[in-house]
Amino acid sequence: MSFDRRWVFLSLAIVCVGTYLWDFSVPITISEEARSIYDEVAALKEGDMIYMSVDYDPNALAELHPTTYALAELCFRKKVKVIFGTLSNLGQGMVDQVLHDISDSLRDTATYNGVFYEGREIVNGVDYVFLGYKPYPAMVIQAMGLDFRVPFPTDYYGTPIDSIPIMQGTKNFDQCKLVVDMAAGNVAEMWITYGHGNYGVPLALAVTGVMGADMYPYLRSGQIFGLAAGLLGAAQLEKLCDNPGRAMDGMRIQLFAHILIILFIIMGNIGFLATRKLNKLK
Amino acid sequence: MEWSTFLWTTLGAFLTLCTFSFLYKDNPFYKFAEHLVVGVSAGYFALVLWHQILIPNLFARLNDGDWYFLWLNSAQLWYLIPAALGVMMWTRFSKKKSWISRWPIALYMGIAAGMAVPREMHARVIEQLHSAMRGIIDWNNFFGSSVFDTTSGIASIIIFLGTLAALFYFFFSKEHSGVFKGISSFGIWILMIGFGASFGYTVMGRISLFVQRIQVLDDWTAVSWQGDHGGFVFFWFLVFGVFIVWAVFEIVKYFKNKGTTAES
Repeated sequence: MSFDRRWVFLSLAIVCVGTYLWDFSVPITISEEARSIYDEVAALKEGDMIYMSVDYDPNALAELHPTTYALAELCFRKKVKVIFGTLSNLGQGMVDQVLHDISDSLRDTATYNGVFYEGREIVNGVDYVFLGYKPYPAMVIQAMGLDFRVPFPTDYYGTPIDSIPIMQGTKNFDQCKLVVDMAAGNVAEMWITYGHGNYGVPLALAVTGVMGADMYPYLRSGQIFGLAAGLLGAAQLEKLCDNPGRAMDGMRIQLFAHILIILFIIMGNIGFLATRKLNKLK
Repeated sequence: MEWSTFLWTTLGAFLTLCTFSFLYKDNPFYKFAEHLVVGVSAGYFALVLWHQILIPNLFARLNDGDWYFLWLNSAQLWYLIPAALGVMMWTRFSKKKSWISRWPIALYMGIAAGMAVPREMHARVIEQLHSAMRGIIDWNNFFGSSVFDTTSGIASIIIFLGTLAALFYFFFSKEHSGVFKGISSFGIWILMIGFGASFGYTVMGRISLFVQRIQVLDDWTAVSWQGDHGGFVFFWFLVFGVFIVWAVFEIVKYFKNKGTTAES
């Protein structure tokens, strides 16, 4: 018994596009691990500083961009200062895009979770700094734990670190309340090993779905305080931030796509058992 | 809407369709998109290495010296050591001199191993061992919490025994028979549950990628149908028209071949 896999692709495409065109929403249940991230970020006060490591390429943009948007906007609305960095060679474009889009949306007034925020202009060097990219993540994390200036003598735009207002008096992770790593790949584990293990930084992870199950042991051991895995994690954070975006929109498609895949798995198993039975009868 | 935005969005939409065409079968459109991604990524990375790493981290630090003295008059002379190690790596291109490149590789491997071994051991072995066992040594964990709470005593026992059983499955010095077969089977179940969770997340991840592409194509449609881009819309319709005609041609050929095979 054989079945051309292209029929699976076609039916999945039809279901996904069909569901996308059908306007409805699905309830999103909030997990404790996603809530932990939101609670920690929401508890930050004006003037506090965090480090956001945007360690993903465009190929993981679908799952991690919504998290970066939601958390960065929450921080800027609360006037929390953010140090952006990337340990992924194509991650610079990701940060650039997020900063560009968020600068636009922050100009408008908004109310999130019942709190009114006045529109404002975010200023590079005052509200945030983007350090840019350096290779060899483990070495860079180690070096940043000593002094940000060691791996990053200038920021992404070529400005010497010491002349950036936000970096004056900021030496290393000691001045950051927490680190959030949005990661696709083994950089997440390097943050656990070198960032948390060496310097004890309070660390939260937003990872791709593929990595999700592998990260739960670190949550249980307390090496990370929060975890947002895949599009579901991103949708949970969007809901918690009261800032619906592409992740929440994508969850309704996930629902029907998963139902279809479960049906295919059941059909595959029935086919397998039936073939085995027929072979035995022969 | 700016022309550049329209143009890039259209190109993105076109490349998306080119890439998806591989799901049917390998074809020139897919090849074009694939080569473009590889080429653009390599070129971009080369520029990033120059502008973001070599200039600020090396040349700017040696800037107080003179290049015609090979920066030997710089106050931060020691930055020439990693620079020299980097240059030594280029000897890989010579068959006779390639042995020189082993020195920087050996140095790097030594530093990396020295740095990684104790920290990896602590973060990924000792911490995990501690985490797997600490839940069962505190009696308070056994009262008042749900079995689905991963910190509860019962959940901790399941995790602890599951870890041992999964490890035992890979222990081949003892034949898996009798009691050991039972432990090993329990280990397989634990592994399968783990793989199942990973598979579920992976499916979600892959669907997420497709969902994002649908959203991009939707954005492209929104961009194309508003504003004065008649000429471009016509041009891209032509491009997509060719694409669709080719796809229809291939589908017809597929069913024709299928019919011929069935007859023979």
